[in-house]
Amino acid sequence: MSGEGHRTRVIIVPASKPALPPHIKLRHDPGRGRWHVLAPERVFEPDPIAIEILKRCDGVNSVEEIASELAKEYNAPLQEILTDTISMLQELSDKGVIRA
Amino acid sequence: MNEVAPMEQFSEKPLVEACARAPVGLLAELTHRCPLQCPYCSNPLELDRVNSELTTAEWQDVMRQAADLGILQIHLSGGEPTVRKDLEDIVEVAAKAGLYTNLITAGVTLTRDRLKRLKDLGLDHVQLSIQDVDEANAEKISAYKNGLAKKREVGKWVREFEMPLTINAPIHRHNIENLPNIIDFAVEMGAGRIEVANIQYYAWALKNRASLMPTRAQVLKSAEIVEEAKERLKGIMVFDFVVPDYYAKTPKPCMGGWGRGVMNVTPQGRVLPCHAAESVPGLEFDNVKDRRLADIWLHGQAFEKYRGTSWMKEPCRGCPRAEIDFGGCRCQAMAFTGDPTNTDPACKLSPHHLAFVAAAEAESGVANPPPFVYRRMSPAKATAAE
Repeated sequence: MSGEGHRTRVIIVPASKPALPPHIKLRHDPGRGRWHVLAPERVFEPDPIAIEILKRCDGVNSVEEIASELAKEYNAPLQEILTDTISMLQELSDKGVIRA
Repeated sequence: MNEVAPMEQFSEKPLVEACARAPVGLLAELTHRCPLQCPYCSNPLELDRVNSELTTAEWQDVMRQAADLGILQIHLSGGEPTVRKDLEDIVEVAAKAGLYTNLITAGVTLTRDRLKRLKDLGLDHVQLSIQDVDEANAEKISAYKNGLAKKREVGKWVREFEMPLTINAPIHRHNIENLPNIIDFAVEMGAGRIEVANIQYYAWALKNRASLMPTRAQVLKSAEIVEEAKERLKGIMVFDFVVPDYYAKTPKPCMGGWGRGVMNVTPQGRVLPCHAAESVPGLEFDNVKDRRLADIWLHGQAFEKYRGTSWMKEPCRGCPRAEIDFGGCRCQAMAFTGDPTNTDPACKLSPHHLAFVAAAEAESGVANPPPFVYRRMSPAKATAAE
């Protein structure tokens, strides 16, 4: 939310390095036994794949690296995972949940 | 990714644990005191006095209990929450308890130092209300001088401290034509989110309905403006658009369903299913001073009364939308039809619907609406309380 840089839409590409801004909190809720994303006046319930992606959004890993790690882990085709990851991160970026 | 709106699950089955159906959010009305006098204030007509407000320790206990109950987000509101000198002490405990903390403020009593302190103590988000971007009109609506300039300043500090900002713009006939400028203002302020919130007609807003109601044409135009801006500002600013239900065909799922996802604590500590619930007769409201929050949520008479669908009668009973909109709003059913178990008159199936729409059309069609009845404490009692 800082300065003028925020005022353009971020387009997610394989080289983007997504991160959760400090005010977005990925938190495990032990009472409900599930993960939540806490955002300004919003609570999201990420699905298992989204949780795996969000956990890796540390501002260091690129989208490509995240996708390739997940492709290995789930033994799935990289290109497919990459496409899905980009589209999910674009949606999250548009909702203000991640920065890149 | 699905939004929890506003609660992930509500089960009629016997409870295994309290958090199986815990609320997601708690609106903490820390005080009813406010330097602004907006005629659409959501506080009740009978405002709580300063000497009846919960103490610091009592609010801190509410925060801890809320976290234990499974509440995720706490909305610190009022009145104007920053008039409480102990706001920092309450925020600190809320943040430490793991709650996502949201300050809902008009901004005019906030200082830079104080905002910095609140941020350092763990405040997560600021929601700043504006009355209009036209200075003279903003003054007329709020009965407060130079508010807009102060709000600009607050917006700057929020940016400086890299905090997320929501601009909340209550919309009515006196500012709806300025909507494009209001949206521009929010972008300029660096807001990541804007609430274009058409007034909901309860409490002070209901009293002032004839002064505030926009025409159907104005509402339709505003929806178009929001749709266009949403697309243009995708990835820049998130929109929340609240429509006025007088021109709707189906009611809103008020509070996401009664006693389903949110609870409200008044300055005195009464726990309500929604902030207008005291206008509904036949409800008993527990106080946090007498009963644990979790117990009130699960077993309080006021929460149980209209929770779920078993209280419904025709046309709600058996309606395919019964678990979508939960019969709409009990307070609106009460206010307009005199019976809180009726379907919300915003529903086209309500026998009162036509009269409801006609009221909005007649009032909004008047060229010179009546003057505002400003939100004020009744003078005699206010003096006694000071």
